[in-house]
Amino acid sequence: RDLKFSGGSINTCRSRLEGLVVRTVHQADIISTVEFNHTGELLATGDKGGRVVIFQREPESKNAPHSQGEYDVYSTFQSHEPEFDYLKSLEIEEKINKIKWLPQQNAAHSLLSTNDKTIKLWKITERDKRPEGYNLKDEEGKLKDLSTVTSLQVPVLKPMDLMVEVSPRRVFANGHTYHINSISVNSDCETYMSADDLRINLWHLAVTDRSFNIVDIKPANMEDLTEVITASEFHPHHCNLFVYSSSKGSLRLCDMRAAALCDKHSKLFEEPEDPSNRSFFSEIISSVSDVKFSHSGRYMLTRDYLTVKVWDLNMEARPLETYQVHDYLRSKLCSLYENDCIFDKFECAWNGSDSVIMTGAYNNFFRMFDRNTKRDVTLEASRESSKPRAVLKPRRVCVGGKRRRDDISVDSLDFTKKILHTAWHPTENIIAIAATNNLYIFQDKVNSDMH
Amino acid sequence: TMLSKGLKRKREEEEEEEKESLAVDAWWLDPGHPAVAPASPAVASSSLFDLSVLKLHHSLRQSEPDLRHLVLVVNTLRRIQASMAPTAALPPVPNPPAAPSMADNLLASSDAALSASMASLLEDLSHIEGLSQAPQPLADEGPPGRTTGGAPPGLGALDLLGPATGCLLDDGLEGLFEDIDTSMYDSELWAPASEGLKPGPEDGLGKEEAPELDEAELDYLMDVLVGTQALERPPGPGR
Repeated sequence: RDLKFSGGSINTCRSRLEGLVVRTVHQADIISTVEFNHTGELLATGDKGGRVVIFQREPESKNAPHSQGEYDVYSTFQSHEPEFDYLKSLEIEEKINKIKWLPQQNAAHSLLSTNDKTIKLWKITERDKRPEGYNLKDEEGKLKDLSTVTSLQVPVLKPMDLMVEVSPRRVFANGHTYHINSISVNSDCETYMSADDLRINLWHLAVTDRSFNIVDIKPANMEDLTEVITASEFHPHHCNLFVYSSSKGSLRLCDMRAAALCDKHSKLFEEPEDPSNRSFFSEIISSVSDVKFSHSGRYMLTRDYLTVKVWDLNMEARPLETYQVHDYLRSKLCSLYENDCIFDKFECAWNGSDSVIMTGAYNNFFRMFDRNTKRDVTLEASRESSKPRAVLKPRRVCVGGKRRRDDISVDSLDFTKKILHTAWHPTENIIAIAATNNLYIFQDKVNSDMH
Repeated sequence: TMLSKGLKRKREEEEEEEKESLAVDAWWLDPGHPAVAPASPAVASSSLFDLSVLKLHHSLRQSEPDLRHLVLVVNTLRRIQASMAPTAALPPVPNPPAAPSMADNLLASSDAALSASMASLLEDLSHIEGLSQAPQPLADEGPPGRTTGGAPPGLGALDLLGPATGCLLDDGLEGLFEDIDTSMYDSELWAPASEGLKPGPEDGLGKEEAPELDEAELDYLMDVLVGTQALERPPGPGR
């Protein structure tokens, strides 16, 4: 099936992805993570200042069909504060590295948020009624003079303006020596894991004073350190399986039933280096910056500096599919090394049906690849192209040769405008794109259901 | 010049910064520039080598180095060095093999905080690093409550449980001690020569330094350490 957005097809470059722009409240802070909850009703963002902003999708209204399903701010709270580690004389950043939602089990919503060192469990509840008509207290809560009470009344619940309350329920501290890069909630809904550069810990959601170390790649002698953990995730269905990626471009699938310490992987996914593309930077560009299981659980998606790759869990020798994100950067690796851009960590995402994958790039561009048709598109998250209801126009980077009018040349790409964090609604064609300190939410107007 | 990594700033400043960094970037993208179109592989390798060493230094100077960045730069440095012709002039910096040990030492010393009180230690133990090459600490040193019984001799690091045990940390305290910084014992104060002052019964005290130490002197030294005896002129032999 073609990658269709609003009826156009990629072939004619008329993919009409409608743009809805949501400007974040905190424009001064860089967004550091974006995550939809399991139903897509809520969208959480974390930022460099330690704040979490949750957006809620407005229910569709028959009266105003144009504005159906827009996301508005639901709650804002300060998740992490900067801390000072007196022992090491250094400050622990409050930047939120990752947010993961827990599956909803009652009326309340819960999420995990983490900075470099500490993970917190937050509970989000709504209050839209309050009791009125107490016998012993007056409206302000002051005790009544009993002599004035002549009759008894039964307090009743009256509606009030919706109040969203957020409270920290657990603080999982002191589990990590190094910087936490990932958290992932297990499908058992009881445990979750957190990974730093060298170790992965398993926690029980109800227990904060201990964690179980399940992966440790720290060498006995730090001089021998050549590889770090870059990302990790639990399998969506098998609660015993998880994957972690490394700075050398390998993926390790581990089975927690096999051993208490999962240093020995069950499967090792690694693509041999392409001899024709070998350079000093081969290892750096092979470093995996993100790994995501498909919704089906059959595949994994990885992002390295220049490509996104789809891996079949049953094939370790090489990826099933490889998509070039911005291959025109291959000849610029030297300068990208010099300005450290080569170390940028881009995330990747699946759509709900695992048929389309998305990832960010530079110049506020993001890319989508249709696995079935093998078509791809480059779109831009910018204020100009994102007027409300504006249709996103595909962009093109030209590398010399024939240049079309609206093409951007490689040399004029803005490397400070990088889209590192993207998220796709679990079931619908709605995507959230974080461009530095702006959050863009794009929605397919016509085809809102997954295809 | 590192491009701005998204510091808080007003939009106008942002745009100025972007223009500035674009201008800085431009020369790298100029195909005529020697760094981009290397005149010879040796020249390119050498300048990349210098650049990598600079990056390594910069990374290590951070109070808490980004391990991934560090590891990738070090590995790249090794590749470059391996490919460089033997006759290529090496820059006046330590050899790359030393770079990892420099990294190691700096990583170790970055953990050192000699002024930390025991209370702070107990509170922040998870932030502390264990180092396997640290000399074995005194048996009666370290935070209260720590058991030394499990430490194999010569391991040095107070990495008692070690993650290899993979066991549930039933006892919270024990788990807290998993990674302990012993770099304070790494400093010159604890050079091997002074190991002779340890009250470890299994080692001959100061075997290499003073082979003639007799039991009287051993007792004397023990008393000094325990504090019952003030340090004074060592007793002559045969006391």
